[in-house]
Amino acid sequence: MELIFEISKPGRSAADISKSDVPVFNIEDAISKKYLRNDLDLPEVAEIDLIRHYTNLSRRNFGVDLGFYPLGSCTMKYNPKVNENVAMLPGFTGLHPYADAEFSQGNLQLMYEMQKYLCGIFGMAEFTLQPAAGAHGELTGMMMIKKYFEKKGRKRRVILIPDAAHGTNPASAALCGFDTVELRSNSEGGVDIEHLQSLMTEDVAALMLTNPNTLGLFERNIEKVAQIIHDKGGLLYGDGANANAFMGKTRPGDLGFDVIQLNLHKTFSTPHGGGGPGSGPVGVGKALIDFLPIPRILKTGDKYSWSEKFPDTIGRVRSFYGNFNVIVKAYAYIRSLGAEGLTHATEMAVLNANYIKEKLKPYYDLSYDRGCMHECVFSGKRQVAENGVHTTDIAKKLIDYGYHPPTIYFPLIVPEAIMIEPTETESKETLDIFCEAMISIAREAKENPDGVKNAPLTTPVTRLDEVLAARKPDVCWKKP
Amino acid sequence: MDYCPHTPDDIKQMQAAIGVAGVDELFADIPQKFRLKQIPDIPSAMSELETVSVMSELARKNKLPQLTLTGAGAYHHFIPAVVGHIVGRAEFYTAYTPYQAEISQGILQAIYEYQTMIAHLTGTEIANASMYDGASAMIEAAVLCAKMSGKTKIIVARSVHPEYRQVLQTYCWANGYSVVELAYMPSGQIDLNALQNELDDQVAAVLVQSPNFFGVIEDIAPVADDVHKKGALLVAGFTDSTSLGILKPAGAAGADFVAGEGQSFGNPLNYGGPYLGIFAAREKFMRRIPGRLVGATEDKKGRRGFVLTLQTREQHIRREKATSNICSNEALCALAAGVYLAALGKNLRKLAELNIYKTQYLKNKLLQLAGWQEVFTAPVYNEIVLRCPDSKKLNEKLKNEGIIGGYELQKDYPELENSLLLCATEMISKTGIDRVVDIIK
Repeated sequence: MELIFEISKPGRSAADISKSDVPVFNIEDAISKKYLRNDLDLPEVAEIDLIRHYTNLSRRNFGVDLGFYPLGSCTMKYNPKVNENVAMLPGFTGLHPYADAEFSQGNLQLMYEMQKYLCGIFGMAEFTLQPAAGAHGELTGMMMIKKYFEKKGRKRRVILIPDAAHGTNPASAALCGFDTVELRSNSEGGVDIEHLQSLMTEDVAALMLTNPNTLGLFERNIEKVAQIIHDKGGLLYGDGANANAFMGKTRPGDLGFDVIQLNLHKTFSTPHGGGGPGSGPVGVGKALIDFLPIPRILKTGDKYSWSEKFPDTIGRVRSFYGNFNVIVKAYAYIRSLGAEGLTHATEMAVLNANYIKEKLKPYYDLSYDRGCMHECVFSGKRQVAENGVHTTDIAKKLIDYGYHPPTIYFPLIVPEAIMIEPTETESKETLDIFCEAMISIAREAKENPDGVKNAPLTTPVTRLDEVLAARKPDVCWKKP
Repeated sequence: MDYCPHTPDDIKQMQAAIGVAGVDELFADIPQKFRLKQIPDIPSAMSELETVSVMSELARKNKLPQLTLTGAGAYHHFIPAVVGHIVGRAEFYTAYTPYQAEISQGILQAIYEYQTMIAHLTGTEIANASMYDGASAMIEAAVLCAKMSGKTKIIVARSVHPEYRQVLQTYCWANGYSVVELAYMPSGQIDLNALQNELDDQVAAVLVQSPNFFGVIEDIAPVADDVHKKGALLVAGFTDSTSLGILKPAGAAGADFVAGEGQSFGNPLNYGGPYLGIFAAREKFMRRIPGRLVGATEDKKGRRGFVLTLQTREQHIRREKATSNICSNEALCALAAGVYLAALGKNLRKLAELNIYKTQYLKNKLLQLAGWQEVFTAPVYNEIVLRCPDSKKLNEKLKNEGIIGGYELQKDYPELENSLLLCATEMISKTGIDRVVDIIK
């Protein structure tokens, strides 16, 4: 398919600009020539060609609305259309962030109530909606932990991070000036308690724990883990990316977590947008409230307003208040599902994942044979041993069956990992047909491995040369 | 609403296949003492109709202004109809990050095109696939400069957006970097003497914004010279990206990083988010910059295709050694920006000119009023600082007429009493401006 630049023709344009209704003048009379640019190399296309270009591009893209998208750790659940609609109400899209509080009571109320609902769902004392994504929330949490110890006159340098953790965990800790130390998992897929005990010192600020973890397994020793951390004055940080596994069943606050980040674009059904925007609210227990980013919402009577009067705040992690329009969609989701709906979603998500686990375990090595939660992790090592068919090949073959592959090669502690998270919005039939495809691929890997290794064959492009892309990076088109 | 398709029969069959009598057994790993009976503090579930009703009610509690004179980092621009239709396509918005390139050529190519347009607009060679917003983009550039050089001092002009400077303070505190703020001159531009005094061999980066928070256009070239002479790097930011349609980009004037806010390219005001962090850099930094990068390559049949490339910079591979922790970005907002730029094309310059005409008209009309003065002397784009007799009273008066007035500078710049930062975009009509002036009179 041609690039937009390749279909450009000088003199064409799609968007027009109104004629000025105010006096026009020579720009150089207002702004000296040395500040002005003399080139503007942007596409020149007619509107019809622009629309065709992007519409055709969209047809080369796979979203949840097209088919099953069992990306482990991403919670690719259905994005409800009513939420898209209400988020487009002009009342929500049209306000400038600096509009006086008198103009924005609806927005303030929405955010205030959202914070309250999240507190109830997750058992935390207060929330900030400022971070723009999960990783951003992790960083915010790390900063609050840092401030907490600074206030106590202590400087703790270390964050403990399980070997199964998502890459953003150590990256966030590092971006906050912490050193990271890796914590081993045990044979059950949980935290190695003895290793934790040996690592927990008074130089450790916190343990960053994902629960259930990236293997989809609930930490059976959570009480002991929390106790080990807290006994030495440390804090327990929770990566809430897997919240879809426990809504209405338990709450991180009750389990001993001092601070958690969520991903609205995962658990709360807002669209992933091809990579974003997301939203990463952070919840805290009482001990960390003072450090929340500013501004924070105050409610006086039935009026809401922003306030920066919080002297111990970590400050700001971005401009303005958060990814507000994303929050609107998540708010609508919570309101429409209610407590019972959120709980049911979790129950069906966990049911779906266990169902897939049972159906596929004769054909693929299960990394840990115990009850999983909302996702299950297999290893492709049997297929590798048999005929050199790798997890990558299995994933690419699934594409030919019309699926987006599961997450592959993560978590790092499972060789040839295949992480399947169906979510609750998939029917039994969808799961059955998916499992049939996976079983068929397992058979083909045995009987006709090349058929798997050559996949995908049904897509606009076949496997792309990633080595070339990295060796000779071309990230900006140049006119030939 | 309930989006789970499971019938009671489905659930029975699935439970049997798993070997449990009820779903509750699947949560056996959660200790009994931590089991929740019911989520507290959430209102009951609603039908779709009720959801629409409740949300509409909330939206109605907001008041949309007749017009707004505030920019200050977020801008009311016209969004052509094509943008909404493209980003509203489910193939785009219900997709995830394009890790599986073969079924994501759509978003990959669209972002490659966006990267190309941004690199050109900013006068640099590379642009990434987006950061969260202008503030985090600028500040992550500063942090990168510190990490690359091992130096720990950051200089930032006071004329950079106050919230961006707050974000800088937060990130620098977290990493043990020191921040020095630089004064501005009566012209409104950065004080070069002050800059030269602060520059030493401990400085990792200097941050300036152009047009700056006062709307004033900075002369980047001499700043870049001074910065480079002392072995530091220059990060140039911006808040209204439409300025790139007419102003010489900082990249062409010597900036090492050009990072700012892209909301003006096809993204609604949205009460502050989601916005679009534009991050662009010189080619030599390609292997260190944060964020996703789309690269062109070939498939087995020699056909052109696109992939996420140089992923070894990123968190999922380098983990604690990654250059940033960013994972999810603002992809759909970047797509909107790409469509916007493709739609406007060279008309982006016409749009920028219109913004300049409107701002000059607003300025000229207001300066005719008693007690109104220009505060700065240097040229501006579409925002300007004017001093008036009583800015608080003025904004109050405008508010009562349903108009969002100017941004009061005094709270961030105590020395600028009764000074308003006023913005006029193509969205304000002549009649609107005349009406504002009448109200003030």
